[in-house]
Amino acid sequence: MIQLENVSKRFGGLTAVHNCSFSIPTGQITGVIGPNGAGKTTVFNMIAGLLQPSSGQIFLDGEDITSLPAHKRQSKGLYRTFQLAHEFSRMTVVENLMVAADSSIGENVFNAIFRPSIFQKQEHAAYDKAMETLRFLEIEKLQDELAGNLSGGQKKLLELGRTLMQTPKVILLDEIGAGVNRSLLSKIAVKIQQLNDDFGYTFCLIEHDLDYVSRLCDEVVVLAQATVLTTGTIEKIKRDERVVEAYFGGGKYEGAHA
Amino acid sequence: MELTGLFFYFVSFLTMAGIYAVICLALNIQWGFGGLFNAGIAGFYAIGAYSAAIITSTAASNNVGGLQQPIFVGMAVAAVIAGLVGWGIARLCVSLKSDYLAMATIGIAEIIRLVIVNEEWLTNGSLGVSNIPRPFEGVFKGQTAEIVFVLFVWIIVLLTYFISQRLHKSPWGRVLRAIRDNEDAAESIGKDTHSFRTQTFVIGAIFMALAGALSAHYFKYFSPDATEPILITFLAWVMLIAGGSGNNKGAIAGALVVWAIWSMTEILTGFLPSEWATRSSYMRMLLIGLFLQFVLQRYRSGLLPERAPKLDKLRRS
Ligand SMILES: Nc1ncnc2c1ncn2[C@@H]1O[C@H](COP(=O)(O)OP(=O)(O)O)[C@@H](O)[C@H]1O
Ligand SMILES: [Mg+2]
Repeated sequence: MIQLENVSKRFGGLTAVHNCSFSIPTGQITGVIGPNGAGKTTVFNMIAGLLQPSSGQIFLDGEDITSLPAHKRQSKGLYRTFQLAHEFSRMTVVENLMVAADSSIGENVFNAIFRPSIFQKQEHAAYDKAMETLRFLEIEKLQDELAGNLSGGQKKLLELGRTLMQTPKVILLDEIGAGVNRSLLSKIAVKIQQLNDDFGYTFCLIEHDLDYVSRLCDEVVVLAQATVLTTGTIEKIKRDERVVEAYFGGGKYEGAHA
Repeated sequence: MELTGLFFYFVSFLTMAGIYAVICLALNIQWGFGGLFNAGIAGFYAIGAYSAAIITSTAASNNVGGLQQPIFVGMAVAAVIAGLVGWGIARLCVSLKSDYLAMATIGIAEIIRLVIVNEEWLTNGSLGVSNIPRPFEGVFKGQTAEIVFVLFVWIIVLLTYFISQRLHKSPWGRVLRAIRDNEDAAESIGKDTHSFRTQTFVIGAIFMALAGALSAHYFKYFSPDATEPILITFLAWVMLIAGGSGNNKGAIAGALVVWAIWSMTEILTGFLPSEWATRSSYMRMLLIGLFLQFVLQRYRSGLLPERAPKLDKLRRS
């Protein structure tokens, strides 16, 4: 479980996130919705450690991780994808996944130069896991393609795959559906559901498509103007006057009424 | 005899090209793998050259030196000092974005140059260090010595290449390329980007210093003039970009091709009327710039583009 307590983030004079408190319960799929600029991505960046909160605290299973460097959160099972594709563009698809595997022995520079034989076992495991993940995502045919040449949707899948290479507990997905075509989008939904059902991975996803959110999410957190407007089930959220005002009033979300 | 003259011209060409190949391989580790924009190559080269010169020189005039240590000791000391300096610099500025890192390293190389020119007790100032020995000097004399030295240089090139290849094929190199392509994403999968970039910078600095040491032994005399950024930093960058950034063979190929052209431009500018003579070095740079344009028009990623390491060993039927 991830808990945010009175988390704020200021960029100079701009308050991007103000006194946010909510939690991401273990084993569930939690949605985060809200208009553009509400502060959703900034919240994710703070949970992932890419940004430091100006004030407030973040807990992972009761442990205060507020000031833990980003790269140390992965070993605690905390993974994320990015709103704009963050693929390793000049590496192949399979390398993009292998780099996220446990390669601790071969990542030591002395072993890399002097003892290549001792990390071969980990390399085999990394390759096998990468191929297994590519097959799960149904993009194994692309294994030798440079990641930079993939379509937007394929890059999103690849980023999802990167989070699955070790043992994730919590996976944060920032608009994984943005710029992805309908059929791929519902494929991604099936995969998320499967990972949640079969392995109990906890998900938190930022999404604009309310249908998508209601299909996947147990609970929804509504962010508007840097604060948590409300939380609850999608049915409750849809009936909430303030949400309708903040969300649909701006006219930014045509088609979301469905 | 005409033919022997040509042969020894070729030997001296290969010697210099080999020294540049080491610099280029080092830059490839920093930039090609790691995306670190080091614009202060000349500084590390100078550190290596002066360390080796002071440690091994057989006699000194007004400065520390004349320590008469074996060449291998000199090279080891050069590597250690450059590694330590590189580490210190990396701690300070390796997390800077590439253009800022470039500015910082230019500045640092200039500081190193000023120290070398001004700290006469250590470096003999602008007069330079002389009496620098060559390896196996006692055994081989005259023209044989030239051949022995070029072999010595290319053994170091092969050693550097071998280490670069090991690094490129390893998970360490893979992480480095990931950091180069996207630092935030690399952090998100648990890579300590600051630590990896620091290691990269230090390794590159060490090999740049070894190249400096080689050139000190080659010229047997080393002065601040030999650390001109145009001659070292600029040429090394052209070599790597033309040869193929991210490809170790490309780094060596770039060093050979660009050094060949650089040497030919010297012959060409020799034909210029004498009133142009003072401008010849600018003419040579212009020609090298044109060459780079030409290469990049045809081969966008250099003569030998980057290739991902082969995974054949890992594929099971
Ligand atoms: N690194 C940054 N520096 C300055 N302002 C930022 C930065 N990141 C986000 N912001 C600002 O914070 C606000 C919230 O942005 P963001 O979290 O990206 O919103 P959302 O993801 O909900 O669309 C916006 O006004 C945005 O311009
Ligand atoms: Mg966003």
